[in-house]
Amino acid sequence: MAFKVVVNFDLCESNAICMDVAPELFEVRDDDFLYVLQETPADDLREKAEAAADRCPKQAISLEDLASPQ
Amino acid sequence: MPQAGDLVGGPGEPTVTSPVVIVGASLAASRCAAALRRGGLDGAITIINAEAHLPYDRPPLSKQFLSGEWDADRLSLLKPEQLTEFELDWRMQTAATALDVDTRTVSLDDGTTVQGDHVVIATGAAPRRLPGTEALAGVHVLRTLGDSAGLRRELAERPHASVVVVGAGFIGAEVAATAATAGHRVTIIEAAAVPMERGLGAQMGAFCGSLHADHGVDLRLSTGVTGVRSDADGRIAAVELSDGTELAADVLVVGIGVVPTTAWLDGSGLTLDDGVVCNAHCEAAPGIYAAGDVARWPNERFGELMRVEHWDNAVEQGIHVAKRILGEATEPFTPVPWFWSDQYEHKIQLAGRPKAGDLVEIVTGSMEERRFAAIYGDGERLTGVFGLNRPRHVMQYRRKLAEGATWTEAIRFAEEARSGN
Repeated sequence: MAFKVVVNFDLCESNAICMDVAPELFEVRDDDFLYVLQETPADDLREKAEAAADRCPKQAISLEDLASPQ
Repeated sequence: MPQAGDLVGGPGEPTVTSPVVIVGASLAASRCAAALRRGGLDGAITIINAEAHLPYDRPPLSKQFLSGEWDADRLSLLKPEQLTEFELDWRMQTAATALDVDTRTVSLDDGTTVQGDHVVIATGAAPRRLPGTEALAGVHVLRTLGDSAGLRRELAERPHASVVVVGAGFIGAEVAATAATAGHRVTIIEAAAVPMERGLGAQMGAFCGSLHADHGVDLRLSTGVTGVRSDADGRIAAVELSDGTELAADVLVVGIGVVPTTAWLDGSGLTLDDGVVCNAHCEAAPGIYAAGDVARWPNERFGELMRVEHWDNAVEQGIHVAKRILGEATEPFTPVPWFWSDQYEHKIQLAGRPKAGDLVEIVTGSMEERRFAAIYGDGERLTGVFGLNRPRHVMQYRRKLAEGATWTEAIRFAEEARSGN
């Protein structure tokens, strides 16, 4: 199922662990803010996105399932 | 009848039906259970939880929860929909008392037993206490939600209290920062000449100690606690110090380290030596694994028997054990240790395993501006990276550590980054 990467920026403290786990999806830039590079990634990135969500120290990342386009 | 570890289901959808028992219910246990379900484990997962609460996150217990900014419902490690989806069998307020290694049977303090094809030991660690203070009111350790709630209540009831923190490690430093920010008068007593020297090295340890003075916290190094004085009600009144002085204390917080929770495994036949000693795959015996603060295993990346008390290690190790149970993880568990600590307005991070005497070089920013990253090296290899308010740089060098970069390569990378290439 397609999914969306959601970051709660009220919680995010730019620990940048997500960037280490899934550099395709997350980047903490020189301004120390987190940028989500792909909000609706291909499904083969789901495992990496889940790992990033699991390993976020602030639990700021979640995945939302999207209904498949018919 | 299916045997342990049997794979059933169609191609591409392997399902492992083996029942799993997880002893302990904190971070490693939660992430292990989630990874088992996501990986297709179809059998029962029983979680032995000594506490009355479902798994909660500990880092806020010394910060946002302690300060009163967050309530307990913000701490849940498993979302409500995950609790439903994962179908976990909880044994609440129940502690394990013994393990039969051959049959993988866990005895519980309610007189029952639970048997699994796989048993995951994730019982964590318990804080050391200061001898002679166990029965005194106003003396706290910080490990559980209950510990933090008790300290939070006492601090809230006593504005501008004299708070004495024993131990300048991460728990002590974070509690000191939270209490000072709330307006309490805080003194930290540390036996060593340099705080956190073992983890951070002398230079960065001393630097972290200096952050307390910026916020009016009195850090007393090379000082021990020789005794305590209580009032007529049995409440802490003062601590006696090794320099002969006495320090008034309305509240005493003891942060002098933890001991792995392995007493329940005495006589089990497992090797217990500062934790449950495992092989490189985090296996303590066939079908028996350990993860989180309780686990000690040879990290082949460093050639060292390690026990790591960091948040990230509990997550990674819990997931590794799950993959091992599912038959997916064939490589040994060789993480680059990483942790963070939030103190005052600062984010402190360290990755790697620097040793005393390693070279230290600041690669960006400066100590004076309170924003920098420094790398450690042993003359040949990059061994660590320390960051103060520099998360991006810490992760860049953490990656270099994972790649086994040499010191020369790390310095060249730093020079290229500085010149904008």
